[in-house]
Amino acid sequence: MSDELSAWQLILNGDPALFAIVRLSLAVSLSAVVLAALAGMPLGALLALTRFPGRSMLVVLLNALMGLPPVVVGLAVYLLLSRSGPLGAMGILFTPTAMVIAQTILIVPIIAALTRQTVEDLWAEYRDELTAMDVSPAGRMTTLLWDARFSLMTALLAGFGRAAAEVGAVMIVGGNIDGFTRTMTTAVALETSKGNLPLAMGLGLVLVAIVLSINAAAWGTRVWSERQAG
Amino acid sequence: MRAPSSDLPLVLDNVSLQAGATTILDRLSLTITPGTPTLIVGPNGSGKTTLLRLCMGLALPSAGRVSWGGRADSKPVRRAILFQRPVMLRRTAAANVAYALAQARTRRSQRAERIAALLQRVGLADLAHRPARKLSGGEQQRLALARALARDPEILLLDEPTASLDPAATRGVEEIILMAAQSGIKIVMASHDLGQVRRLAGDVVFLVRGGLCEQGKAADFLDHPTTREAAAFLRGDLVI
Repeated sequence: MSDELSAWQLILNGDPALFAIVRLSLAVSLSAVVLAALAGMPLGALLALTRFPGRSMLVVLLNALMGLPPVVVGLAVYLLLSRSGPLGAMGILFTPTAMVIAQTILIVPIIAALTRQTVEDLWAEYRDELTAMDVSPAGRMTTLLWDARFSLMTALLAGFGRAAAEVGAVMIVGGNIDGFTRTMTTAVALETSKGNLPLAMGLGLVLVAIVLSINAAAWGTRVWSERQAG
Repeated sequence: MRAPSSDLPLVLDNVSLQAGATTILDRLSLTITPGTPTLIVGPNGSGKTTLLRLCMGLALPSAGRVSWGGRADSKPVRRAILFQRPVMLRRTAAANVAYALAQARTRRSQRAERIAALLQRVGLADLAHRPARKLSGGEQQRLALARALARDPEILLLDEPTASLDPAATRGVEEIILMAAQSGIKIVMASHDLGQVRRLAGDVVFLVRGGLCEQGKAADFLDHPTTREAAAFLRGDLVI
């Protein structure tokens, strides 16, 4: 009980180090969501609308990749970006950029797989109507993505939730450097192992509160825009 | 602005369609030329919807061939279809019409004017900015008509568009269909409502079990059917 009280006090006092950590976590995870959406949504829609040999296997693989362990992604990106790795010359290991890359890779399958399912279901409903209007393949993709926009918000939230909550990937490629690559999750892990439970608890509460408010904002946007456009 | 090629005459030449072991359409030949509305009449399950889907190019025959203006290419040029339950795009009524106009390659500069004209034509001008999915069944059917008319069709296929509407909404939809017919659009409409056939039809195609049973002028079909099946159907007997 006393631990929780100290955690709330930390938040209420507005500790600048705490805010820097919160800001970095949000910047990294939101950037990853934007990048993963740009890649994953067209990919999912394409997979939903095309038929080719081996497609079912690809769908199963994509669904399985939703459960990709963050530490494995972190390790793979670490190997790519480390000095001796193929992209080592870029010198971005242990930077927020590397963290964005790792989280993007982690959540592209989530957004792509959920988009694939959503778009495929909608296509079953729209197929006749769009075929009768002679809509081009590219037009079908954009129409279905746009008309599925309210459902696709759930895919984005799932991606964001995954990115904001993971610790393994950002820890490995970011290095948890104080004031530079320390995020809420890596800080919680570190403070817990140091025995600084009030700070760990405070950070944990802030993280949960932020995820909750982003979901609430997304819900509000959905309700409002559905009322506007049906 | 007329497209260079035409979708008429629409010719079905000895067309059959099988789904597994079931024969849905059986060696059916039909030529559709410009003129008064053609109503496709028959009991449920007689193949009316499938016939319309073949006419639209949405289904392919298992045997026989379909051609549009002499072409076998199923790409819709100047034809449109109204489904029994049309899908409303998740946008406003006006945006639904705008979408159809864009797909029909209407010039951007003409779109606003045509959206207003089409919505006026189907009596939805006041609901232009309402989300399409919030409209009533009759309003949705009229919006789907506006979308179909946006393609500037020569031939409009309709699959029992009033089957789930109340009489007032049915009248609204029928008035638009008659107006379209008067403006020179060939109407091909499936119906199993004999009152509707009497109100709209120029001629009738009567289907039984996927085959063409009787064909002719509406008045002749309704008052002097030549086949036993047609006479039974008109009497209100079940034709199986």
